[in-house]
Amino acid sequence: MASPHPYIPATEADRARMLERIGVDDLDALFADLPAAFRDPAIDLPPALTEPELIALLADRAAENAAPSRPNFLGAGAYRRSVPSIVSHLVSRSEFATAYTPYQPEISQGTLQSGFEFQSVVCELTGMDVANVGLYDVASATAEACLMASRTTKRQAAALLELIHPGTAGVVNTYARGAGLRVDVVASPDELSDEHACLVVQQPDFLGTIVDLEPLANAAHDVGALLVAVADPFALGILKAPGDAGADIVTGEGRDLAGAPAFGGPSLGLFAAGLPYLRQIPGRIVGRTKELHAPDDGEPRTGYVLTLQAREQFIRRERATSNVSTAQALIALGFTIAVQALGPQGLRQSAELCYQRAHDAARRISALPAYDVPERGPWFQEFLVRGPMSAPELSAALSEREITGGLDVSNRLEPEARDALLFCVTEATPDAHIEALIEALAEIGDEV
Amino acid sequence: MTAPGPRREDFGARLSIDRSVPGRRAVDVPAWHGSKTSLPDSSLLRDSLRLPEMSQGELVRYYTALSERNYGIDSGTYPLGSCTMKYNPKINDLIASQPGFADAHPQARAEDAQGTLRTLLELRRGLAEVTGLPHVSLAPAAGAQGELAGVLMITAALEERGELATRRRILVPDSAHGTNPATAAMAGYTVTHLPTAENGSLDRATIEQELDETVAAVMVTVPNTLGLWEQGIEEVAGLIHDAGAYLYADGANLNAIMGRVRYGDLGFDVAHLNLHKSFSTPHGGGGPGAGPVCCTEELAPYLPTPVVEECADGIVRLLAPERSIGQLQQFHGNVGVLLRAYAYLRALGLDGLRAVSGQAVLNANYLRTLLHGHYDLPYDRPVLHEVVFSGSRQRRQHDVRTYDIAKRLIDHGFHPPTVYFPLIVPEALMIEPTETEPPEAIEALADALIAIADEAAEDPDTLHGAPWSAPIGRLDETTAARRPVLRWQDVKVSETVSRLSR
Repeated sequence: MASPHPYIPATEADRARMLERIGVDDLDALFADLPAAFRDPAIDLPPALTEPELIALLADRAAENAAPSRPNFLGAGAYRRSVPSIVSHLVSRSEFATAYTPYQPEISQGTLQSGFEFQSVVCELTGMDVANVGLYDVASATAEACLMASRTTKRQAAALLELIHPGTAGVVNTYARGAGLRVDVVASPDELSDEHACLVVQQPDFLGTIVDLEPLANAAHDVGALLVAVADPFALGILKAPGDAGADIVTGEGRDLAGAPAFGGPSLGLFAAGLPYLRQIPGRIVGRTKELHAPDDGEPRTGYVLTLQAREQFIRRERATSNVSTAQALIALGFTIAVQALGPQGLRQSAELCYQRAHDAARRISALPAYDVPERGPWFQEFLVRGPMSAPELSAALSEREITGGLDVSNRLEPEARDALLFCVTEATPDAHIEALIEALAEIGDEV
Repeated sequence: MTAPGPRREDFGARLSIDRSVPGRRAVDVPAWHGSKTSLPDSSLLRDSLRLPEMSQGELVRYYTALSERNYGIDSGTYPLGSCTMKYNPKINDLIASQPGFADAHPQARAEDAQGTLRTLLELRRGLAEVTGLPHVSLAPAAGAQGELAGVLMITAALEERGELATRRRILVPDSAHGTNPATAAMAGYTVTHLPTAENGSLDRATIEQELDETVAAVMVTVPNTLGLWEQGIEEVAGLIHDAGAYLYADGANLNAIMGRVRYGDLGFDVAHLNLHKSFSTPHGGGGPGAGPVCCTEELAPYLPTPVVEECADGIVRLLAPERSIGQLQQFHGNVGVLLRAYAYLRALGLDGLRAVSGQAVLNANYLRTLLHGHYDLPYDRPVLHEVVFSGSRQRRQHDVRTYDIAKRLIDHGFHPPTVYFPLIVPEALMIEPTETEPPEAIEALADALIAIADEAAEDPDTLHGAPWSAPIGRLDETTAARRPVLRWQDVKVSETVSRLSR
């Protein structure tokens, strides 16, 4: 008799032999502890599919999404990047992909040494002293940053500077409620007080503008609060490291450098801080060390381990710095390889290319009659566009032309966002898509 | 004396930055030929960035070499208890990486993401069927975040009942995963630990004694971390509800009971699942996972945002429940992981899921039988998905610790089991073979553990020094924590310090 499924090797004969060895008559005997009244309920699931059937079904499903070839100018937290081809190749290696948390360092040096590389890269980009191996996403990392700031300052409120991503603000609020932390959204650092554990600032801000972090850091420090910078790691290819501008904690989203947006996840929360906060950091940290004993042929060799674990839930339980366990290790690996493949020149050039292409597109749009790109100071890859009609109408008109326009931000309070769509152009937006957009916008303008 | 041979390289000493040669590069960035915009003021820009400069081939070799210093499920048996290290079907990765799914933008209009959303809707319905809890949010990124969601939902419900101020305690068994008490604390509760009775289940008398108007919830792992069914849990559920508290299921061990018994039917109010465990998605060296939270009708209004719903116009949308605890992710969760889990669910169907739980339990009991007598078994009864032995005898008789046994297992080609957990079993060896191991692999694992038990008596030093065949020997974890070197920027400093201090 065959095995029950390609994923389950034991055949009927295997099972009979195993049951006999265990000394029970049938499988049911092993489930005898389960309450009989609730055993084997009716469960309504569709029938099993073979591999070809599954491929066919999900190929059809994937085709129900907008075609990947469709021009798309959405950003607002997820950006199409030119990811080096070696990334997907290397993260697919099953020695990485099918391992788990490196509890046994002797056979997990791949995950651990890569984790050390990741921490190094994150520290370099952010200008911080210490990084963990990553949290779930930028928003939960920022929430953890607020909790950490609260622990270290013993204060019970966090201030978020306006123009933070609404999703990030939302997650901070969720975590803060549990921790009994008050969250204030502030329009300026003048609203800070000695009740605030931290000021959270997004770089670039939600509408794309580059922020001068230094005066904000000073203002936070003046009231004894920490500065938490939520920074786009790709933009940090050209922008000043937040640590050099006075930030105490830096978070960020690493997903886009590691691969496709995948409807937002798997994501990757970057988390880095200054050395004084080392023992308050949430999540796993890799440290470098040596073998305990030298091999026969020489000196002890270098290796990597999970370290400072007394912070963590599996040791500290209810006194841990966070409950986080499984995070996003494989995405962190992809991020590390992407940044290292680009290298110091490539990352800067790629960020500059993004900057130039976005500015060029914005210039061309603002030159169209009936379109306006409001000025908001220096910006990186996102810009507001006002057209000859309301934002939802413009979005719909572009959709009719098989183009996904910018995000509708017309319901925001900032005056320049009124009637505007937030467009994003990156180094990876195809030229042909930009041409199609300009043409469509011109056409729409002409028709009004 | 070992035979002379090539000296083993100190591979770990040479990081990417040590392999860097100025001028090398792995990719070229296209030139910009359009009109140039001047960059922002230099006060906003960085003036240096230190990253390795390596050619493409060198970088690929470096990370390939690193991968070879790793052990995954595809390398061999990985019986890490409570982690459900089953085979990860490759088709799941293929499906999630299709451009239609992979390129979907999280801010896309629902109409432009129906393929993803409809798939998530069907996953949601499937998980509701499997757990018997009809309402589900797929948002939590991992089990621990699912736990936080569940506890915050309980908080919201208590707030609505006007009992939040008094119900400040969460009861957690002493056999629980560390995430349970950590989650309770993160949500602002104090934790009371419940002892485990001699039969490996919760001690009923203690629960009855602890249950009062100060208890918000009881978090229970079912089956528990001893691999045992929680005896009488359906009656305990009644007691908990009578006391006005909620019952939370940590679904980390769902693999044992899929298709056979459901949290909702037993009286649980809310549960999280670990899709990277029971639903076969790759563990990735520590994520990404996914930790959907499933609940009753009563708690549904508080589910985290978003939940995926089919609307009256036939369009599937992401919605915020009316009194949601809020968002847990900037976007919608680890969607790529959810797509893989859906593919797994569809590949198995109900008969397949029952075959999974049946074989997982059979495999654990087969291992229990094969090892019986060779190691202590503190809870000596039929188990479900995993079995927890103790190395106490080896410790007492031969001064060999479970730590040594685990390290020696590496020399036999296996990933060691979970060790020193659950905390209530001294010298614990927590072994979960999963259903995807053939009987021959379980026999080989048992043979290796029996050989190690013999070796503990005859040649304990071989165990004390193990592993002998791994890419690296035991590492100095004490110094790692005492003098942390956490990035390449620290390496030079630390090596200078350690030279000077010698």
